[in-house]
Amino acid sequence: MSTPTEPSYRQRIAYQSMLLGGFATFAAVFLVSGNLATRDAIAERQKEDMLASLNQVVPATLYRNDLLDNPLRMLHSNGQTLTIYRGFDQSQVSALAWEVVGNGYAGEIRLIMGVDPDGKILGVRVIAHAETPGLGDKIEPQKDDWILGFNGLWLGNPPTQRWKVNKDGGQFDAFSGATITPRAVVAAIHDGLEFFKANRSHLLAMPQDAVSEPVPSNTSTVGVKP
Amino acid sequence: MSQRYASIARDGLWDNNIVFAQALGLCPLLAVTGTASNGLGMGLATSVVMIASGLLIAILRGIITPQVRIPVFILIIAVLVTMVDMFMNAWVHDLHKVLGLFIPLIVTNCAILGRAESFASRNEVLPSAFDGLMMGLGFTLALVVLGATREVLGSGTLFANASLLLGDWAAVLELTLIADYKGFLLIILPPGGFLVLGFILAGKRLLDRRLAAQQQAQLNPA
Repeated sequence: MSTPTEPSYRQRIAYQSMLLGGFATFAAVFLVSGNLATRDAIAERQKEDMLASLNQVVPATLYRNDLLDNPLRMLHSNGQTLTIYRGFDQSQVSALAWEVVGNGYAGEIRLIMGVDPDGKILGVRVIAHAETPGLGDKIEPQKDDWILGFNGLWLGNPPTQRWKVNKDGGQFDAFSGATITPRAVVAAIHDGLEFFKANRSHLLAMPQDAVSEPVPSNTSTVGVKP
Repeated sequence: MSQRYASIARDGLWDNNIVFAQALGLCPLLAVTGTASNGLGMGLATSVVMIASGLLIAILRGIITPQVRIPVFILIIAVLVTMVDMFMNAWVHDLHKVLGLFIPLIVTNCAILGRAESFASRNEVLPSAFDGLMMGLGFTLALVVLGATREVLGSGTLFANASLLLGDWAAVLELTLIADYKGFLLIILPPGGFLVLGFILAGKRLLDRRLAAQQQAQLNPA
């Protein structure tokens, strides 16, 4: 381009298309090799992320296996596939964690919740949300300890009619100016507990039994959205 | 020759700064500058892409015809950005979690295509890479200034989380300027970005005008 006199073959369509095609080929080669070089490291990092967020809701002292190893997949009644990570201790299930999704003010609120075999909440954390900063983001533990208030609760405590924000007659605080966000979180957690109650025997069965169960065909193991 | 590099540097950092003079690349700019550290990370990632794209396009300028140059440039830039995205995800993962959403936006930063078109495709390899470096640093400067201003006003800290980006030694940079600050939400939200950017642009104009007047006075001391 910097030379004023261009050779005539460059004006041909064939040269132009070869040029574009050639660059596209090189681009593909570079991207494939870049992907090969980083794929394992990225998978490793994502696994660490997943484990870190799981350990926030399931203390590492409660189990002795690799939480991410061989998670259970189940179909929720609302049509979503849930991935349930289970911790074992002394050949029984000692803790479970899975992702629940609430419909917040600005889209999905993805939460991870951990429960013990009795259905008591070990912890709940927000993984991702798009709520208004300063109002709805009090569901993050860095901003407010509201989310820690779920620790130790179960389906009967508080009773079902009190599993709501206080504006709806329940026992959970609704932040001023952002009722939709806590309402969504409370509903999602309650739904998660209901799911546990409905599928308790299957969830607490040891993997030997679980293998014989039909498993939905979702094959990826890490970071799956339910 | 060195004069030429000096003028490229001056152009990139101040006279023709991507943000302060050309007002380009505002989309990633406003999105990430909630804190100075994020601005710095985004600026450095953009600089890497600009240097590499300047270099590649200057090398290849002999074989690229004007008719297909735009798709070829975009292809090169897109490949570079994707590589940066993958490498960051693999090796500076914590920062990638913060900036990840915005890295692909580097492709849409028209400043990079602009420099490819107006500089790298007409100049030799070294000046083009240098131009990429200086334009990138200018962009980084703008991001850090904007990010620092918004961070101080909005959350009362400076360079929070810098150690995610630069390693543990950078913890000394992390300052809490105003303790128990409740935060000024507007400044952190996108409108705050526009407001602060507006004031910075006005400040730069003012400074430039002062400097020009001073120069004028020196030239004709009448």
